[in-house]
Amino acid sequence: MKKIILGMSIVAATLSAESLTVISWGGDYGKAQVKHMIDPFMAKTGTKVLFDDYKGGTAEIKAQVDSKNVKWDVVDIEYIDLEKACSENMLERIDTSFLPKGENGMAANKDFYPAALASECAIGNIYWATVFAYSKNHIGANKPTTISDFFDLKKFPGKRAMRKRAQINLEWALIADGVAKNKVYDVLETEEGQKRAFKKLDTIKKNIIWFDSWSQAPQLLNDGSAIMAQSANGRMTEFEIVWDAQAFDLDGWAIVKGSKNVELAKEFIAFATSTKALSGMQDVNYGPTRASSGTYIPKEKLSKLPSAHLDEGFKVSGGFWSDYSTELNEKYNSWLLK
Amino acid sequence: MNKDKNFFKAQERLAKIKAFLLVSPLLLFVLVFFVTPILLILVKAVYNPKVNNLIPQTVVVIKQYDYKNVFPNEQVLKVFLTELQVLSKNRTSGVLAEELNRKVSGFGSTIKKTARKIRNKDISKIPNYKEYLLSVTKKWNNPYFWMAIQRSYSSFTLSNVLAAVDLEYNLEGEIVRKEESKRIYFTILVKTLYMAVLITLFTIILAYPTAYFLASLPKSKANLLMIFVLLPFWTSLLVRIVSWITLLQEYGVVNELLIYLSIIDQPLDIVFNQFATVITMTHILLPFMVLPLYGSMRAMDITYVKASASLGANPFLTFFKIYFPLTLSGLSAGAVLVFIISIGYYITPALIGGVDGQMISNLVEFHMRTSNNWELASAMGGILLVITLVLYAVYNRLVGVNNMKLG
Repeated sequence: MKKIILGMSIVAATLSAESLTVISWGGDYGKAQVKHMIDPFMAKTGTKVLFDDYKGGTAEIKAQVDSKNVKWDVVDIEYIDLEKACSENMLERIDTSFLPKGENGMAANKDFYPAALASECAIGNIYWATVFAYSKNHIGANKPTTISDFFDLKKFPGKRAMRKRAQINLEWALIADGVAKNKVYDVLETEEGQKRAFKKLDTIKKNIIWFDSWSQAPQLLNDGSAIMAQSANGRMTEFEIVWDAQAFDLDGWAIVKGSKNVELAKEFIAFATSTKALSGMQDVNYGPTRASSGTYIPKEKLSKLPSAHLDEGFKVSGGFWSDYSTELNEKYNSWLLK
Repeated sequence: MNKDKNFFKAQERLAKIKAFLLVSPLLLFVLVFFVTPILLILVKAVYNPKVNNLIPQTVVVIKQYDYKNVFPNEQVLKVFLTELQVLSKNRTSGVLAEELNRKVSGFGSTIKKTARKIRNKDISKIPNYKEYLLSVTKKWNNPYFWMAIQRSYSSFTLSNVLAAVDLEYNLEGEIVRKEESKRIYFTILVKTLYMAVLITLFTIILAYPTAYFLASLPKSKANLLMIFVLLPFWTSLLVRIVSWITLLQEYGVVNELLIYLSIIDQPLDIVFNQFATVITMTHILLPFMVLPLYGSMRAMDITYVKASASLGANPFLTFFKIYFPLTLSGLSAGAVLVFIISIGYYITPALIGGVDGQMISNLVEFHMRTSNNWELASAMGGILLVITLVLYAVYNRLVGVNNMKLG
């Protein structure tokens, strides 16, 4: 009897190979993560990683946490949604002590840029920007250079593609309407500011194609359905990017609250944010959040990264959207349906 | 004689028990997987204890609140701030903010800001709670905020059901229409019903001649041709919708053909809108109309039509007085089926409807998946259920359910 139990538990132990579910954004970004983070991690530790996509936002995470049925372990989350998710108890609180040193010997909390470790719920992995781009083949004689051109139907007739949410779209509307970049969130907090943003969006409303996922934007530019499309800068490598009013932000790895593999998740995050793995993000023109990763980035690449265009854009405010996301997205939805 | 009567009664009872046993698996299935979930949804539409559970003491002491003073008294504010501080330290203040934001739009951001400020503050050191709240943000000067908390005392509430038809409670407790800019649900409901009527009409126009033709053929030929009606039925729904997108898109088959024939010179905007939704759903729901019509036409005794002709009636009179009424059972079955399916349809408007062709089910999905407001989604589902039952009752009155013939 004892022998049978011993035999069965050994079999059970070997059969239950560790498995981790990691969720990210798919497309070229996901492919780069597979190449530089997922595959090397699987090879190194023998853990099975289930890598899947999601469309962003906090709703799916919230649904899992609320129904106490957490299937996702690690999520790659935009910082525009991070503070909301963190303050609503959807993510595990993690300290930074488990992060490895940089290849240059610096301790993690000196090697990482401060913004990447600022949140108690995530470890930043990339700097990226929301920009808009156009295709040389479909744009015609005039080329857009500013965010006002995005809203100018006379000079640039045709459809625009935007992501179906209030975030970033409202900020762009205000900046195109003349609000200074550093005052955008102050104005957007007020009733009049919100009305002003929606009014500006009204001027192009009939010409907007709404999409859910960043990867739809390059498709729409390619077949000419839209002449200008909003997307993450890494998705637009084949097109001409306009950096004016770029919405600068971070992405980070977070652990869903109630995940059954918190320790394994931390192991993965430590690996994925190590110097070499992180430097792989330059493949999709995203800036790594560690100084030591810079040694792997050739000089010509630097101008393509969002960090080279900081003064043309504005930093997205996760704090603002943590407070106003629900309210503004409600207003956005009723505006959309009218 | 009595012996025979008892014997027959026993036989009857035995037959009834046998019948019940045969049906009981299906009955159990329907009760567990159909009736119970619907009851749960209806309960969720009116029962929401979340705020009550998060700030139980505040909800009790605020009962005497009078909105004319805007702010409750200092005692109530102290209890509220104390409970809010506890929530803030536990990181659950965000949950309270979400719930209150659903009752009064904009309340959420105020709660979150206050929760952040109060987290590490010594509450006993605050001299005046009202002034403190106003110093955090002037938005606290809003009786609707306090009314929302006051109303949360009862976990049973009609707010979600009212919101689903663009109504709300005002400060006096009366039910009023929401202000113009916030009305979306009732409009969408009316639009959904309107589109369902259109789809039903179009399927009738297309299905009637088809069924008539099929019914007039000999049975073997008709069965063969029926495959053309059923084949799309057996094809994947997504494949059908995507083929319509290919047909209707800006440089798709329809537009290219019309441009080639010089009928138009700029492509028409016929995809990702209401027009595309109606056309696609007509195509998808056509078999539901053809089959019942075919059934009732097949079952008709053709001698009535011949008798009418021999009595001197012209073809129009024969059709309207004899033929059409005899097909009414199949027609009404098909119409009811198509209409009720249309008002609850989700996939077609989601894929090909764009913004213009959204139906009520798409808004339910939004509240289930994106805004996580399951209470409002349940209320909207409940209203759809009530509409369906009302229509069914009206149909029963006018035509009679027993007269339905599903082919």
